Amino acid sequence: MPLIEVRGLKTYFYTEDGVVRAVNGVNFVIEPEKTLGVVGESGCGKSVTAFSIMGLVQSPPGKIDAGEIIYHRNGNATDLTQLNTKGREYRAIRGNEIAMIFQEPMTSLNPVYTIGNQIMEAIILHQRVGKKKAHKKATEMLRAVGIPIPEQRVDEYPHQLSGGMRQRAMIAMALSCNPALLIADEPTTALDVTIEAQVLELMNTLRKEFNAAIQFITHDLGVIAHMADDVVVMYLGKIVESASVKDIFHNTKHPYTQGLMNSIPSLATTKERLIPIKGVVPDPFDVPPGCGFEPRCPHAMDVCKEQIPMLKEVSSGHQVSCFLY
Amino acid sequence: MSSEKILLEVRGLKKYFPVRAGILRRVVAQVKAVDGVDMYIKERETLGLVGESGCGKTTAGRSILRLLEPTAGEVLFRSKKLAEAGGEYMEVDVAAAPRKLLKSLRRDMQIIFQDPYSSLNPRMTVGAIVGEPLLVHGISQGREREERVRELLGSVGLKPDHMQRYPHEFSGGQRQRIGVARALALDPQLVVADEPVSALDVSIQAQVLNLLESLQEEFGLTYLFVAHDLSVVKHISDRVAVMYLGRIVELAETEALFSNPKHPYTEALMSAVPVPDPDYNVERILLAGDVPSPVNPPSGCYFHPRCRYRKEVCETDSPTYRDLGGEHFVTCHFADTLNLQPVRTI
Repeated sequence: MPLIEVRGLKTYFYTEDGVVRAVNGVNFVIEPEKTLGVVGESGCGKSVTAFSIMGLVQSPPGKIDAGEIIYHRNGNATDLTQLNTKGREYRAIRGNEIAMIFQEPMTSLNPVYTIGNQIMEAIILHQRVGKKKAHKKATEMLRAVGIPIPEQRVDEYPHQLSGGMRQRAMIAMALSCNPALLIADEPTTALDVTIEAQVLELMNTLRKEFNAAIQFITHDLGVIAHMADDVVVMYLGKIVESASVKDIFHNTKHPYTQGLMNSIPSLATTKERLIPIKGVVPDPFDVPPGCGFEPRCPHAMDVCKEQIPMLKEVSSGHQVSCFLY
Repeated sequence: MSSEKILLEVRGLKKYFPVRAGILRRVVAQVKAVDGVDMYIKERETLGLVGESGCGKTTAGRSILRLLEPTAGEVLFRSKKLAEAGGEYMEVDVAAAPRKLLKSLRRDMQIIFQDPYSSLNPRMTVGAIVGEPLLVHGISQGREREERVRELLGSVGLKPDHMQRYPHEFSGGQRQRIGVARALALDPQLVVADEPVSALDVSIQAQVLNLLESLQEEFGLTYLFVAHDLSVVKHISDRVAVMYLGRIVELAETEALFSNPKHPYTEALMSAVPVPDPDYNVERILLAGDVPSPVNPPSGCYFHPRCRYRKEVCETDSPTYRDLGGEHFVTCHFADTLNLQPVRTI
């Protein structure tokens, strides 16, 4: 039984200049205790997908126009899109059973409250314990994420912590209620590489310890290779390829995924010349009528201009939306 | 490829920023952003300058161009444009050059900035932005200048009719191309590229990196390529310098640095980079803690609190920057004896 099933999700933004189809018909599942990597460039809809699951899409202008987000727990299936995002039931899930960490730890922590206070807030809200107990639990969580001298750090303010420490504190906060799913939106993009390595290692350890599933959103293929069990690649609000991490890297099918692989330099290989993807991501108000990648695709055919390819299975667990297959 | 002629030589470069406090704004401490850097750049080569945030790489790049006033040190530049009759070049100490000479030197030394959004004036057309260096230096006017701007836009892959447009009409990658065209307007010898691709999406990064490589061949440019991304630096550089807390800890030819690292920080930095291959397994060396503050750096070797090979001497004695042979420079007491883990290639 999967933990989350997303079916035909469409999240649109109705702006003055037109409709942005940020997420435009997306299907995927998140298995319990596994890491699903979501890769794509800016504007591909990877963050909006996560915000849709969290019930954090700002409305207006945003709106989930179609689709289901089925959340399985204790044998029950709940469609999150049917819940009131400000209602009691969603509040009991958000931050408790499904938690999220963000890219910029400085802007997502409140500068006027201590780290401990901010972790305690979730614990007191969801677990109905007293302040003293929550403070103790917050200290424990800081220790679990490897913050030295947690008894002292728990009463410090965000500006007193380094970037890496702040991201650890964010992780402590997200895991404090033992969530079934942790959504991590570019959690290490703002960090230096040696600090990134520490945080990634920590997330892998904690995932096992807390038996949580992770939806890991990033643009960095190196991080995906290191963290994910399964991967979906997004482009212009759609999933173009979905497979196990091994198949994504060693049996790459979609021209966009291939393009990404060819365009990045790697420490472990020597490329005489990088092969970039030509052109730029189209204007979200003016997307191509057929396949979204057609204008940039080296294999584009006539059919790609007219019809939208569907995601289809090319081998067990490997789906591609491309007319080549 | 690089010739063996040295274009720029940096000796003992230091840049300190004072920390002021109290009502009298007295100097209470110094941020030692660049704390004694020695290196040289050969003609037509790309020297990568890599390090984590706060290591002083950007400050070093700007002090070399004297966009920041260096606190100490020499920056010897061999200018062809300023060559006297008969001479091949004229050697100038950029750090000590008087204002008038500095302005002439700017024709030879240009910079490309990281953020293609804030480094272009939104009220100027692309034509005016790219043509401004020509105006400032009084090089060409009117139709001639327009012709030169067209030519420059062509070289960086933009269209001549883009001249009339404003920066906001362009994507991030195109804006970075505008920045490159502006840097090339005066036909410089040296270009300092300060994180030129880190604000760009991966598919666009490759376009700009390829452009920089083509332009280098076409115009015989020399690059100082400042970046935090080791994979990008390895791809583009002939030689690489690794900085930590204001000092160069290791500098070598790219191949030698990655296959035979001599400094423990280089080793750790390389092992931390996530490689895009799920089967790639190396021992990841996790450095303890954060980079110390450059206001109050550790005693002895700056890296010793995080170094897994440290011995007593590292806490007390500062290691000297020395050549191990074959232009492989390193700042470590034990560089000759340590057996460090190289990058494993697939």
